[in-house]
Amino acid sequence: MNIVVLVKQVPDSGSERKLDPADNTVARASADNVINEMDEYAIEEALTIKEAQGGEVTVLTVGPDSATDAIRKALSMGADKAVHVVDDAIHGSCAVQTSAVIAAALQQMEYDLVLCGAEATDAQLSVMPALVAERLGIPQLSGARKVTIEGGAAKVERQTDGGFWALEAPLPAIISTWDTINEPRYPSFKGIMAAKKKPVETKSLADLGVDAGSVGLATATSKVLDFAGRPPKGEGVKVTDEGDGASKFVDYLASQKIV
Amino acid sequence: MAEVLVLAELDPAGGGVRKTTLEALTAARALGEPSAVVLGAPGTASGVRDQLAEYGAATVYVAESEDVDAYLVAPKAEVLAQLVSEKSPAAVVIPSSPEGKEIAARLAIKTGSGFLTDVTEIASDGTATQVAFAGATIVHSQVTVGTPIYTLRGNSVTPEPAPAAGTEQSVAVSISDAAKQVRVVERVVEQKSNRPELTEASIVVSGGRGVASAENFSIIEGLADSLGAAVGASRAAVDSGFYPHSFQVGQTGKTVSPNLYVAVGISGAIQHRAGMQTSKTIVAINKDPEAPIFELADFGVIGDLNTVVPAATEQINARK
Repeated sequence: MNIVVLVKQVPDSGSERKLDPADNTVARASADNVINEMDEYAIEEALTIKEAQGGEVTVLTVGPDSATDAIRKALSMGADKAVHVVDDAIHGSCAVQTSAVIAAALQQMEYDLVLCGAEATDAQLSVMPALVAERLGIPQLSGARKVTIEGGAAKVERQTDGGFWALEAPLPAIISTWDTINEPRYPSFKGIMAAKKKPVETKSLADLGVDAGSVGLATATSKVLDFAGRPPKGEGVKVTDEGDGASKFVDYLASQKIV
Repeated sequence: MAEVLVLAELDPAGGGVRKTTLEALTAARALGEPSAVVLGAPGTASGVRDQLAEYGAATVYVAESEDVDAYLVAPKAEVLAQLVSEKSPAAVVIPSSPEGKEIAARLAIKTGSGFLTDVTEIASDGTATQVAFAGATIVHSQVTVGTPIYTLRGNSVTPEPAPAAGTEQSVAVSISDAAKQVRVVERVVEQKSNRPELTEASIVVSGGRGVASAENFSIIEGLADSLGAAVGASRAAVDSGFYPHSFQVGQTGKTVSPNLYVAVGISGAIQHRAGMQTSKTIVAINKDPEAPIFELADFGVIGDLNTVVPAATEQINARK
């Protein structure tokens, strides 16, 4: 079973994140960059499947040089090797363009299964499985809270509002994992040491046969015109409960015509 | 006037279309004359045409086929792509559910277009408003290639009736084998609730770690029921096993934008703020006066939720 896990480096969702006023793209240089936390569930799921069925787990990352840190994290968890697509021309690409790069990279790899997280915590689009599946003509099983790989097919429980849908498709397929699917492992010391020696293959757009003019900010399918911080909220009213907290709360609701 | 295609999101419980569809029809009017698209199993459209017409659908395209329902996402994108190529609409507006975003993504590739997700407003020149980074940044964006595709975040637009003809037009459906790879074997409902759906509720009452136990969440449910609200939970509460994950509000859960959000026993970590910061009115109840949630709150009560919440519930019920 050859499994490819899509991993993205993102600004830490727990720290302040910004857009870069120079070109309205995510400010990555000034950010505290980490592996997208949602991808750890996909890595864990890939490792679990590999441990049960054998095979190899390859990390695929599209991102700047600094994204190596996210790749090393994935390798230290137990992934076997990585492909890192780096090219200055990719900067500012929209999701549609990025999916073309990922699809081109996947076409040069051998895979039975592609796994990714439910969303990247920076852009929060949750569309990469749909985009990649559309480009490669492979099945898209997204939002999985449970994955079973058996007899050349994937069975997935897709999380929905108040329940799930049972999905089934032949391999190869792309699956995105919900954050209830497992508990991602912490890298062991041994894992961290081993990760330093694992192979990371770097590829450019030319290596993938992707025209540099078809990606990047200039030809993106959507653009950010401007951005601004949310206007600060006016100072709210704060009361300390001295037996009257509930009635003050209800009076407030009444003043807002809610009750 | 230019035609704008609006994909109808059907109520899975069977009662017509979801409110998100009426919101999408309302938002689409900024760009032109909306036409609704109903995709589903045979018989789907009969119960929803009048509602779509009332909210401005001049035409209701009906594409009914067992295949649309039997396979995930891809068939719907295929039918919409066929309509886009036949009708050359000015734009496509889709309610922003997980499925809606995935349909938009596939449609973008099929039609060589750009798409914008979770928009909260669409201006007449096609500029969309989005909120980024846990609601801290407001962005204006435009699609620059092809037919603009938007997914509209729930509760961002107030649905307004604008009666139109709602002329039904049937669309011949023939789904390719490529779009029939992922079979939906079963749709399972685990939680049947009389409460409104979290993402479309106008009031949400959420509990956090401070609620302290699964049993104690009945306090949250009681207040929610007195207000006709949906129940939410913070990640800390979900991780502690107090409440099911499908009710989680936050970065890795649902994003809600109700008229009133009541945060009970929630400290207000950035994880949580990401999911509720755009709520119109925020009330916080927390015993810690330093809890960051108070920075967001229009009204805050510093106190023990175990006394304040039941007392408030009782008073609200008494007012009915």
